[in-house]
Amino acid sequence: MASLSSPLRVCREILKELRAIQGPSYKQSLAYNYVLDQFRKNKVTGERYCRAQQEARHASLTYLCLLVSTRNHLALHNLYHGKGERSPEEVAGLVGLRLPTQPGGKGWENWPHVI
Amino acid sequence: MFKSIIRLNSGAISFCKVCPRHQAFRVTLKYSTASADRKRFYEDVSISQGEGGLYEVNLDRRKLKTPSGKLFTVPNEALAIAVATEWDAQKDTIKFYTMHLTTLCNTALDNPTQRNKDQMISAALKFLETDTICYRVDEPPGLVELQKNEWDPVLQWIENRYNVTIGSSSSILGPEIPQGTKDRFRQHLSSYTAWSLTGLEFVITQLKSLVLSLGMIDRHLSVEQAVLLSRLEEEYQIRRWGNVEWAHDYDMYELRARTAAGALFVHLSSESSTVKHKLMQD
Repeated sequence: MASLSSPLRVCREILKELRAIQGPSYKQSLAYNYVLDQFRKNKVTGERYCRAQQEARHASLTYLCLLVSTRNHLALHNLYHGKGERSPEEVAGLVGLRLPTQPGGKGWENWPHVI
Repeated sequence: MFKSIIRLNSGAISFCKVCPRHQAFRVTLKYSTASADRKRFYEDVSISQGEGGLYEVNLDRRKLKTPSGKLFTVPNEALAIAVATEWDAQKDTIKFYTMHLTTLCNTALDNPTQRNKDQMISAALKFLETDTICYRVDEPPGLVELQKNEWDPVLQWIENRYNVTIGSSSSILGPEIPQGTKDRFRQHLSSYTAWSLTGLEFVITQLKSLVLSLGMIDRHLSVEQAVLLSRLEEEYQIRRWGNVEWAHDYDMYELRARTAAGALFVHLSSESSTVKHKLMQD
């Protein structure tokens, strides 16, 4: 994406992230209303260099970075690190073998025999 | 006659205990079961304002608690909403390692290692002696150039901003930090609250640099810039040898997420906003 210099773009990106988190009902969430509220409140200022506006802009960029990074981190984690161990059937299948089946059980399933 | 009244009273009390629907009770979360099997057990996440103007987070009808059992309270609404959003973002299982703001709030509330402000400030200053930005290499020349071009401006900025001297050095021992510099920083850091210092310490540990952390907290650098500068040597190697998504990108996003959470935590813990309405005169 091009440089996020305008507050409108930052606001849109944050709302996009919120929609990705919450699904179709994101417009009723707390964060949605709060974010829109904050952006509206900080829009109008009479000064040319408004320190509060700079602070708000930095805070909005920081929050956007937080949302984007957690989403990407989770996605990468699920993609590369989420699988866990393979079951014995899958391991056998890697070399083209199948596990033997024994209809009566292996005989030691209930060992030690508890009465 | 008295016996029957007493029996009636005790019956009423036990009846109230049996139906907890009429009082919000607290949920004891087992943070210690860190395996991914902790399923999402709530539908809605909401916030409410309790005593003293502190905000609480509610999962369904139950109030959130910290790992040590205290009630989870935050001083302002923005932080409460951000924490609630984190909880709401969990899909089928609860992944605590993605909930950085919640973790930071828990640490600030519980203070499990019993640190006071002075200890945290001393620890932060200790980091200055081994600050990433001050450690330069002698070769390869591309990296030396890169370090000079990217890190020197930040050093200049912080020296001007705080009126201190920090040098950079390429020896093993690192730069000599004069005592005046340390005193100046100590004085500045004492003006932060304990909560903000918890967040700041977290950021410093992630970025491995006090200078970069202060640059970001003072809004001179953005989160992405600070993370890039912290990982400068890695970025140089990536540009040279190529990127490995499951390691480099993974680390970068995790570092960005943690740093962003820390920065937001510091800002929200030390802010107070007022809205002044100007009269429109037409």
